[in-house]
Amino acid sequence: MPKLQYIRKVLVIGSGPIIIGQAAEFDYSGTQACLALKEEGVEVILVNNNPATIMTDHTTADRVYFEPLTLESLTSIIQKERPEGILPTLGGQTGLNLAVSLSEAGVLEQYDVELLGTPLNTIQKGEDRDIFKSMMKTIGQPVPESLSVTSVEEAVAFSEKAGFPVIVRPAYTLGGAGGGIAENEQELISAIKHGLDVSPVAQVLVEQSIKGWKEIEYEVIRDANDTCIIVCNMENIDPAGIHTGDSIVVAPSQTLNDRQYQMLRTVSCNVIRELGVVGGCNIQFALNPESDEYVIIEVNPRVSRSSALASKATGYPIARIAAKIAVGYYLDELVNPITGNTYASFEPALDYIAVKVPRWPLDKFRNVDRTLGTQMKATGEVMALARNFPAALNKAIQSLDLGMDHLPWLKDWTNEAIEKALIKATDERLFVTAEAIRRGYSLDGIHELTGINRFFLNEIAAMTDVEKQLTGKKLDVISQDEWKKAKTMGFSDKTLASILQKDVRAVREQYSDLGIAPSYKTVDTCAAEFSVETGYFYSTWNEVNETMPLEGQKIVVLGAGPIRIGQGVEFDYCSVHAAMSLQYQGVKAIVINNNPETVSTDFNTADHLYFEPLTAEDVLAVMQNEKADGVMVQFGGQTAINLAEELSRSDVHVYGTSISAINAAEDRDAFYQLLQKLEIPHIPGKMVTDLYEAVSTAAEIGYPVLVRPSYVIGGSGMVVLHDESELTTYLNGLKSEAPVSAVFPLLIDRFIPGHEFEVDAVCDGKDILIPGVFQHIEKAGVHSGDSIAVFPAPDIAGWQKQLIETYTTSISSALNLKGMVNIQFVLSEDREELYVLEVNPRASRTVPIASKVTGVPLIDLAVRVQMGASLKGQSWKLGLHDDIPYYAVKMPIFSSAKLPGADPYLGPEMQSTGETIGLGTTVSQALAKACGWTEGSLLDMTTQKSVYLSFGPSVAGLPHKLLSLLSDLPVPITADSETAAALGKAGVDVDCEMGISEARTACSENGFELVCDTQKSFLADDHTRLRMDALAMNMTCLTSAETLLAYLEASLQAKEAPVPINEYLHTKRGLNRRKEHVM
Amino acid sequence: MKEKTGYLLLSTGDVLEGKWLGSEQATEGELVFNTSMTGYQEVMTDPSYAGQIITMTYPLIGNYGFNHVDNESIKPFLNGLVIAHPSHHPDHYQLRDTLEEMAIKHGIPVLYDIDTRAVTRIIRKNGEVYGKITSDKQDFPTKLAVARDIVNNVSVQRITPLKANSNYAGSSNCHVVLWDFGYKQSITRTLKSLGCDVTVVPYDTPSGTIKELHPDAVILSNGPGDPESLSHLAGNIKTIAECYPVLGICLGHQLIASAYGAATKRLPYGHRGSNHPVRNTAQGKVMITSQNHGYVVDDETIDKTIWDISYININDASIEGLKHRQKPVVTVQFHPEAHPGPSDAHTIFEEFFSTILKREAQYA
Repeated sequence: MPKLQYIRKVLVIGSGPIIIGQAAEFDYSGTQACLALKEEGVEVILVNNNPATIMTDHTTADRVYFEPLTLESLTSIIQKERPEGILPTLGGQTGLNLAVSLSEAGVLEQYDVELLGTPLNTIQKGEDRDIFKSMMKTIGQPVPESLSVTSVEEAVAFSEKAGFPVIVRPAYTLGGAGGGIAENEQELISAIKHGLDVSPVAQVLVEQSIKGWKEIEYEVIRDANDTCIIVCNMENIDPAGIHTGDSIVVAPSQTLNDRQYQMLRTVSCNVIRELGVVGGCNIQFALNPESDEYVIIEVNPRVSRSSALASKATGYPIARIAAKIAVGYYLDELVNPITGNTYASFEPALDYIAVKVPRWPLDKFRNVDRTLGTQMKATGEVMALARNFPAALNKAIQSLDLGMDHLPWLKDWTNEAIEKALIKATDERLFVTAEAIRRGYSLDGIHELTGINRFFLNEIAAMTDVEKQLTGKKLDVISQDEWKKAKTMGFSDKTLASILQKDVRAVREQYSDLGIAPSYKTVDTCAAEFSVETGYFYSTWNEVNETMPLEGQKIVVLGAGPIRIGQGVEFDYCSVHAAMSLQYQGVKAIVINNNPETVSTDFNTADHLYFEPLTAEDVLAVMQNEKADGVMVQFGGQTAINLAEELSRSDVHVYGTSISAINAAEDRDAFYQLLQKLEIPHIPGKMVTDLYEAVSTAAEIGYPVLVRPSYVIGGSGMVVLHDESELTTYLNGLKSEAPVSAVFPLLIDRFIPGHEFEVDAVCDGKDILIPGVFQHIEKAGVHSGDSIAVFPAPDIAGWQKQLIETYTTSISSALNLKGMVNIQFVLSEDREELYVLEVNPRASRTVPIASKVTGVPLIDLAVRVQMGASLKGQSWKLGLHDDIPYYAVKMPIFSSAKLPGADPYLGPEMQSTGETIGLGTTVSQALAKACGWTEGSLLDMTTQKSVYLSFGPSVAGLPHKLLSLLSDLPVPITADSETAAALGKAGVDVDCEMGISEARTACSENGFELVCDTQKSFLADDHTRLRMDALAMNMTCLTSAETLLAYLEASLQAKEAPVPINEYLHTKRGLNRRKEHVM
Repeated sequence: MKEKTGYLLLSTGDVLEGKWLGSEQATEGELVFNTSMTGYQEVMTDPSYAGQIITMTYPLIGNYGFNHVDNESIKPFLNGLVIAHPSHHPDHYQLRDTLEEMAIKHGIPVLYDIDTRAVTRIIRKNGEVYGKITSDKQDFPTKLAVARDIVNNVSVQRITPLKANSNYAGSSNCHVVLWDFGYKQSITRTLKSLGCDVTVVPYDTPSGTIKELHPDAVILSNGPGDPESLSHLAGNIKTIAECYPVLGICLGHQLIASAYGAATKRLPYGHRGSNHPVRNTAQGKVMITSQNHGYVVDDETIDKTIWDISYININDASIEGLKHRQKPVVTVQFHPEAHPGPSDAHTIFEEFFSTILKREAQYA
């Protein structure tokens, strides 16, 4: 059926800020959906308050609302825009939930908005576990058996029917406390007794355990004509029990025979038909490894992380096709865009294997619980494609950007630790498995402990065998076959060099002389059955190269790899825009990246896409294959820029800022020398090489000091230390954590808790362009990524702006910067002295926001400059731009509640996983939109519960405005006695005094609306634990007075009506344009 | 493990170097590719591959080994197998043999470490390609056609009765003659599970002999080779099709069409895989089907006064099924018995038998 003609305007709901479990995959699917709709002539109205995304770009949607993802806000947008349809299944759980609320509130009916794609009752059937289970039972499909019990007898009776093991989950306990797995009746009885005790309602859920079963997923698409196809199936290497987002996954499944594959395929189609899905759907199974018995774990009637992975693994663009289906098309009417000559109603055939490995943030936090289970902990993932499993796994490890090129040797681990880690899965289990194989543990034994299928264990063993065969060999005795085998299995030159104790160049020369070289294959959805025109490639070794270099001028743009804390979707925005800019200029763009969740790895983004690790070896090989003119390293975050030096040493042309300039900005000593030469004040600081020097330097500089190890060990990064004893404790701690690694050199800076500002500038070596200044709400000491930032800066004096412009100009000229630079400044507390804090010679986190709210295409300008254009020749004014007539607030969003054991206290080490934006005509309005980003995120002023405050013995440093807000606050205030006394003296009445340990109890009984505890000592104490408790209870937990002030101000605002960015930009038409370009 | 170098030499002049798995036994045949990602056991035991060397486009073969339930015939008839990466250590609860053990047990020449994607691209470009697996780098293939009597090698030699499953779920309960041109055991398994007693008859059985068996229906099976080489059976086939409800599968479909005067032709490089979409022309519904054929019925030679085109291939619009306008004769180019591949088309059997039952009810 062709497109539904009456659908002319569609509202698309995005997924909002990136949190664990909802990441860049929804930018990819949302972008695809918006573009697919636009292609059909549909006007796309997008609501998404994640500013770092491509989907919120003016090129993706017609009108973009950076507005809260709440029922109230969506309702006013619908009222204003009057769309005919709404597409809710592409914005993750957030989009789906909002669509359900809109429908339940009668909004869709009132404004006559049709829900496109999968019908609402299908969504509800999939979402509600009880409805889902009973529905599966009616169509004869097995789901894990479960029962709510209130006595031991009932539980035992259940186990007699369901068999052991049995999962025991006490009802309504914190974080699933008191639950576990019972292997036999005795364990069950004691677990139930305990469970009934700890459950406040004396109720326990017993469930059939599928632990150890194979976990298999199918990605299905169905259209309204009932055509139902499987895009891809996937197998988790880790058996059921670990969240699929935390599992290492292969596509297609490797250990299912055709009978099993087809059995689950048929079930998938039947279930999806029964549910009535129209669009994409994910279905998860557990399959007994000892039989064909299976159960359905869950169904997600929407596009998901897995569908993004399946799209990249097969080349079949699920979200795009789902959007077309939603507006009426049938699958057999839609051309498969990758082949251009077959139809979307077929099932992709792969002739390679895809391996996904999650990227976890667990090394960033001290004391965090690294165990993997039912709560997802990964922030991102990488995918690798290869013609065999070892090569795919090796490439995936290289892509993780964890500083390892291979399954790492864990020489320091005891056998006992290895065995423990095999049984209890953590983020390190893959590495531990390989190490156990190296140590001679039997594969059967490892299989018993981990449940990992022996097929995979044997493949890993094949990798460690190659290590063993090569170890100790001289280069010239290694045969051509041995080289071939190692390279075919994806051993990097760096790994081979380290095994063979030779340098990389010698290794590469040796095998290259034997004619061993990489080649590239196409991802085509059809295993070469049909010819394709799409340039989506991966590397393989010693096979036929089927790629042809692009014609004309062509440049490689490096992506940013997996999403992680500190390097999020914003860098994907930058890479995509860099590729687009090259194309505007008539230059062919080649993207290299390995993150399956992103828009940059959509085969439509660049002229050629190489799905490869971001290592010098792989980038050089691609450049050689394409005979590329050069590479751009500024747009893929730190991952990309870190490759600059090695690439330029290999005689590759690196566009933009020179390597020496990059080094001068990144090397602390060189950087301070530069600033001194330019007479720009910097924070006093010094590199130290031993404990003695550290102590004397710190004393000289004066406490508090900010210490940053130049070599980050065990994830412990920067800290603020207040006295000598903290310094020595910290340094001794580092030493004991990593006895073999070097703790020194170490940088010690004076810690100045002033006001922070930052700018993103485009430089051409001579002129600069700054679209505006960001001002941080929190004081220096909180990582810029974790600070609320206001744009343009509201509290900045003219002379300070002028200095920012001058400093930026002189740094840019001194280093001859070409392209983007991010500079951070700190203004002393007395607002007298402005220091330069750091210079990042690359695109930064704030670039997408600055671009979107001002309309200045920063990345495009930067790319043009790198291609040789001057800023003067562009249509924008030079220097620091005039302020836009509205405000944007960027607010960090945290996923810390999903990482038990981590202290959410904000410091110099970044913790947030994403960000949201609020726009308004005043700062408070913008704050209200940012803080009110989701349902219930603002403080409810009518609540009976109190806010708990702990500021310490003095409130002298608190903002006056905070004190006045607190004294008028309609919500009761509870505080510890010290804080209460201090507040009392300042004229703020506290309703209730409560010590920290009492507060913890009250907190776990959900007694507070908000906890603000700003007290942090070096070691974990009750304050730390209170903050963690607050998080565990899903309470707002703030750790600085400035954040509290912003939050209270936001909560007290009456919100402005939603305004799309297009309208805001319209109000500033002509601003900051050169005269001749003003229309 | 000692690895022995072997070569795949093609009629196109291409030479690919690989390694022998199992014994070094030179072989030649038509080179075809199959894109199924699972089901190598079913592919290797499907008699339709007689006379052919198969290359599997999926690179990892043997991961779950071979079992005792998924063979499609009593022994493999393929001439050789060309793959990228064999698994030497499969793991599956039904595992009986590894790929290497299977190759040795049945004397199947297997070459691995081959760039199977490159092979596939050569076939796609050239269409009809013949290959030889050998240890001699100069030893190009000389047989440039599949033997015309290939069906004779794979068909049963005498009439073989098979009983319906005692606990079948279906309700057809009839006697079916399976005319064997190289049938897959999944066909008989399906028929038995639907409650049919099956009599398998050799490909050259005269129509009179079939009539003497008093079948309720006749099914013409799949099989290897060029349908034109069986043109001498046309009269026999038409006689049966005029008298009984008939279902033709794959080669069987082509033979029935030929018996009614249609021509068959070679597809450029065949349809072999588990992902082929076909559209039911009457309902507009789409199924994903399992396919394995190198020839196709020529659309232009079909007498449309007798036949409706019931299924077409969505990708290349080739004929995927025919339905007699008056008689209960239906034919499909794809494999409704699946194995390997999806079972979307299982309904073909159900519909066929429900027609018979309705007919019987009508005449009762």
